[in-house]
Amino acid sequence: MTKQRAAVLGTGQTHHTTKRTDVSMPGLLREAVDRAMRDAQVDWSDIDAVVLGKAPDLFEGVMMPELFLADALGASGKPLLRVHTAGSVGGSTSLVAASLVQSGVHRRVLTVAYEKQSESNAMWALSIAPPFSMPVGAGAGGYFAPHVRSYIRRTDAPDHIGALVAVKDRRNGALNPYAHLRQEDITFDSVRASQMLWDPIRYDETCPSSDGACAMVLGDEAAGDAVDGGAAWLHGTAMRTEPTTFAGRDQVNPQAGKDAAAALWKSAGITDPLSEIDVAELYVPFSWFEPMWLENLGFTEEGSGWKLTESGATALDGTLPVNPSGGVLCTNPIGASGMLRCAEAAKQVMGRAGDYQVDGARKAVGHAYGGGSQYFAMWLVGADKPEN
Amino acid sequence: MFEQAKRGDSLRVSTYARPPLAPISRTCFTLSVITEETPLHAPLEIGFDYTRSLGPVLTHFMTQLANRRITGIRGSDGRVHVPPVEYDPHTAEALTEFVDVSDVGTVRTWSWVSHPVEGQPIQRPFAWALITLDGADTALLHAVDVNSTEQIHTGMRVRVRWADEPIGHITDIAYFVPADAGEERGDAPTPPRPPATERAEDGAVSTVITPIRLDYTHSVSPEESRYLRALAEGRMLGQRCPECEKVYIPPRGACPTDGVPTTTEVELPDTGIVTTFCIVNVPFLGQRIQPPYVTAYILLDGADIPFLHLVLGCEADEVRMGMRVRAAWKPREEWETSLQNVDHFEPTGEPDAPYDSYAHHL
Ligand SMILES: [Zn+2]
Repeated sequence: MTKQRAAVLGTGQTHHTTKRTDVSMPGLLREAVDRAMRDAQVDWSDIDAVVLGKAPDLFEGVMMPELFLADALGASGKPLLRVHTAGSVGGSTSLVAASLVQSGVHRRVLTVAYEKQSESNAMWALSIAPPFSMPVGAGAGGYFAPHVRSYIRRTDAPDHIGALVAVKDRRNGALNPYAHLRQEDITFDSVRASQMLWDPIRYDETCPSSDGACAMVLGDEAAGDAVDGGAAWLHGTAMRTEPTTFAGRDQVNPQAGKDAAAALWKSAGITDPLSEIDVAELYVPFSWFEPMWLENLGFTEEGSGWKLTESGATALDGTLPVNPSGGVLCTNPIGASGMLRCAEAAKQVMGRAGDYQVDGARKAVGHAYGGGSQYFAMWLVGADKPEN
Repeated sequence: MFEQAKRGDSLRVSTYARPPLAPISRTCFTLSVITEETPLHAPLEIGFDYTRSLGPVLTHFMTQLANRRITGIRGSDGRVHVPPVEYDPHTAEALTEFVDVSDVGTVRTWSWVSHPVEGQPIQRPFAWALITLDGADTALLHAVDVNSTEQIHTGMRVRVRWADEPIGHITDIAYFVPADAGEERGDAPTPPRPPATERAEDGAVSTVITPIRLDYTHSVSPEESRYLRALAEGRMLGQRCPECEKVYIPPRGACPTDGVPTTTEVELPDTGIVTTFCIVNVPFLGQRIQPPYVTAYILLDGADIPFLHLVLGCEADEVRMGMRVRAAWKPREEWETSLQNVDHFEPTGEPDAPYDSYAHHL
């Protein structure tokens, strides 16, 4: 049997914020799930399987959350899988859920990813120094900042590019009622004036810590055909991994990301991503990663990502809007952040993105990365059914 | 002269943090005697006081526990779940009908714990039991305080021994005792209570704290052990891959690219360059170095992969990519089997390495 057509039938997410102390973990997930099921116009009896994604267990101190969440996810008597690929998990979870439909195993799959960062402290969890080592870890920012510096040096990027991305994404987030940070008044100067946290990364160029969840219902061709106003059809998916460290590893432009993107374009029949893709939701937790991923995904040649950003091409009204939802810079429930990228891409081609809808969006990319830039997951969705 | 290094082969690292009440992060060292050939290992303790926001159902349950009452919830099939579940196991619908149940119940099955471990509800031999409280349809797993296996059986009636000061936490149910138990056995030893959370104005318990601690024995490979023991003698010891000839420090034992054992040891100088770096200005929970500090990738001369370390000895804004640096070792009497023997790296004052010489290490 060849790969079956699959589509996003509906999406849902929570209002993301620093602390959702009014709900439990199951309650948080259910907000997203209930919205996704309403959006997809399905009931529990329509769901054949559930796929859950969450970042490292240490982040919330819950081992095997899929077990205690089974009731809340309506998974009794159904297959329930949990996926884990660090920060990219929301992306890889979406892809695993899609594969259950593409394989012809299930007709409709509910997938959900979440993080309740307020129950723990991710900086602490990411900075544990094992015995015998040098305790220099300083969270994700401490890990990625040196590689941002390398990018700037390698490409001779002017040092204000990071601030341009931050202003764009935060203003986009102001258009998104679900975004955690909604800062329509943010300015280039205010970003530049914000504290340097992990030099060269400023406070306003970093993502927030969010509580939140995202869910989607995926379905087969018949289910996709039945979606009012059109489903988001899957045109391609790709995942790649590489080790965190090895001699000669390119930490700025990782091979696994390049390979995943090349595989994605090939599977979707894309030869010129910059002109053929209408919207990209890229995983940008620190603003400088926008130009870095533009190069890594092949939207532009190596060294030119920052030029694309500086030209305004990635703005909401640009030729390739990047993160019209505000992206990770506005909303970062870590485990859910990758799925939010996939869901926001789907919303764009379904015409359901509200105030940040990109006019005429027919093809959109959702992208996630995780670990030390070592896990990559991406998908391409379209308003039209794929030809193959 | 290396006695200290030999005795100091085991270090304890502890990262135990208690936000938001009292951030703690401590490091202490214990010494033990290990022979040179044994791979190094050390205890690693990780702990955190996780906060749990409860949502409406468990808020009611915990608030009632603080009043020494136990509440269940009625499911779609009429059964009463204790503790209450938020969503029906059959229909997945949100549940709302609370039902008070008794603090007396019946043992459905049990097992014996002859050697309780830290944190278990009773700190002397006890029974784990599945207990159906009167008025409930599901069983609760809890501890029963009895002398021996002779004194517990399926069908036995038991009652809750409440904690002396209920705080609105599952541990308010300290343990169970036989329903007809007198005072002859006395109070069972119990573990420390978790911290209480702030209550809402109406007395509702909407969050609880669940301290979690993990105790590991962290072991390193034979190759890394040799590297660490060399560090205890002030030497930098790497390994070269026989296929790609890349030099790894710390050594891996196998090349991650070629998958072959790396057997050739290479002694490296304690000089090198900064490939790239960041300046950490942000304080955070569990941090062990006072910010601001420069975290840098140090590429030793002759190595093919950099490692992270500190750069001091100049202003943070004077650190540059390609800057030549040398290890600043701690006083010899403080040396351990750890990269922390190098206190930091500092500038040598030599001209910077040209970018092209290290561009492929970024
Ligand atoms: Zn090799």
